[in-house]
Amino acid sequence: MGNVNTAMIEKYRNDFLKEVEANVEEGDWVKMCMQCGVCSGSCPLGSAWEHPPQEIFMMIRAGKRDEVLKSDSMWMCTSCYNCIARCPRGLPITHIMHGLANYAHRLGIAPKMNPTRRFAKMFWSNISSSGRVNELKLSVGLYFMDGIVNGIKKGLQMAPIGLGMMKTGRLNPMGLFSSHGIKGKGELQKMLKKAREIEDKRKGFAA
Amino acid sequence: MATKQYSFYPGCSSERKASAANYMTSVESMCKTLDIQLNEIPDWNCCAASIGYAEGGELPRHTMNARNIAISEKEHPDQDIVATCAACWLGTRETQERVVHSGELLADINSILSEAGLKMEGKKPIRHMVEVLIEDIGYDGLKKPVKKPLEGIKIAGYVGCQTNRPFGVVGESFENPKYLDKMVEIVGAEPLDKYDQKVTCCGGALAFSEPDKAYVQINKILESAYDHGAEMVVTPCPVCQMNVEVYQDMINKKFNKKYKIPVVYYSQLMAVAYGANAKEAGLDGNIIRATKLEQIASK
Repeated sequence: MGNVNTAMIEKYRNDFLKEVEANVEEGDWVKMCMQCGVCSGSCPLGSAWEHPPQEIFMMIRAGKRDEVLKSDSMWMCTSCYNCIARCPRGLPITHIMHGLANYAHRLGIAPKMNPTRRFAKMFWSNISSSGRVNELKLSVGLYFMDGIVNGIKKGLQMAPIGLGMMKTGRLNPMGLFSSHGIKGKGELQKMLKKAREIEDKRKGFAA
Repeated sequence: MATKQYSFYPGCSSERKASAANYMTSVESMCKTLDIQLNEIPDWNCCAASIGYAEGGELPRHTMNARNIAISEKEHPDQDIVATCAACWLGTRETQERVVHSGELLADINSILSEAGLKMEGKKPIRHMVEVLIEDIGYDGLKKPVKKPLEGIKIAGYVGCQTNRPFGVVGESFENPKYLDKMVEIVGAEPLDKYDQKVTCCGGALAFSEPDKAYVQINKILESAYDHGAEMVVTPCPVCQMNVEVYQDMINKKFNKKYKIPVVYYSQLMAVAYGANAKEAGLDGNIIRATKLEQIASK
């Protein structure tokens, strides 16, 4: 993946805006930002962003490629869509932030330890393998993300919640062993593979 | 009145023994009363939810939703797609709008769907259950079957994000949507008209990955409900319901609070008001028991 990153740097040289427009979801909207700051002020996790969306837009135009793509800022997006609802220019900001995060992740330069990136990766493998979310596997996977010891610690901390969910019939204790999922798993996986191939070709990820 | 039929997308959290299983139970009861028939999309899959983007990118993410849309078009050609989950609704609708808007994307999606012998046209309305209630049944129609008004219960109508933005319900504002309060009124309870956190984000999926940041959000949502005298919180979203309900003990410790506020679905309020018993209304699925509703349901 490191090679893809180098290839992209070479391909777009000093034009990070052009790179974003070509490869990031809804990236061609970035130049429409007029720097009013409503997005940053509307973000529920605004204070947790090293660079809030308004700043990200300016940094893209200023060619600050590493600072943007290696930042954990976009990973703070909760998908609340406040920024989209309020942007006076109608930029699909939520999608651009998702797109930047996805792009950095695909380039292999997104922050390795960011918990949302790691959780999202587990989530995708959870749903794409069976077609539906297996909630127990997902939560156990999350707790044990940082190894056995931390996993047990976290598991104990969260145990009352898990037990509450099980007692009220909202968590399947057998979820770890069940072969839960859709009948069309095989077909779905074939489709996802093809989707990825087309997307990789379009975005220059394919060899 | 003839039975209204819809192509139904329940979503992962509504499955048996999943986190919103009790939402589904109460929806079934509510729909029975309202003569709504939900025809499940056969073999539906996950919508990729709000964090699917990170690994799923664009096309794979849209593929997840396109498969459901295509199956619905094939199996239920004349029925609108209806979702009870906010994220399912949003994801499906977002995919359809995006795919239909771009000829290239539509061609890509159809070449992908052809792997499974499916195709997507993308012309069906994709709706949230509350839209069906408000637009197809109407407030008057929702009021008619009320047998047991939920008198004297003060309820904070917590709409949250994804039922409200970016699409929302037609005729409602993003900043202060009123439909949930109206539904509370219809079932005979008392909405909080000064509830100022009704569209605040609960943290969504980040309650898992960034819990401390999400707890700050949930605390705001609960604090305002509590300060305005709410006895329970009602929501249309499975993620909101779970986040606002299950972390209350942790938030109590962290912020030195004493919350123990039940968080229910609109469909639970309606099911009880329509005469369902506690089990039919999914009240046994609430970790913080909604005792006032249980009392009314057992009357």
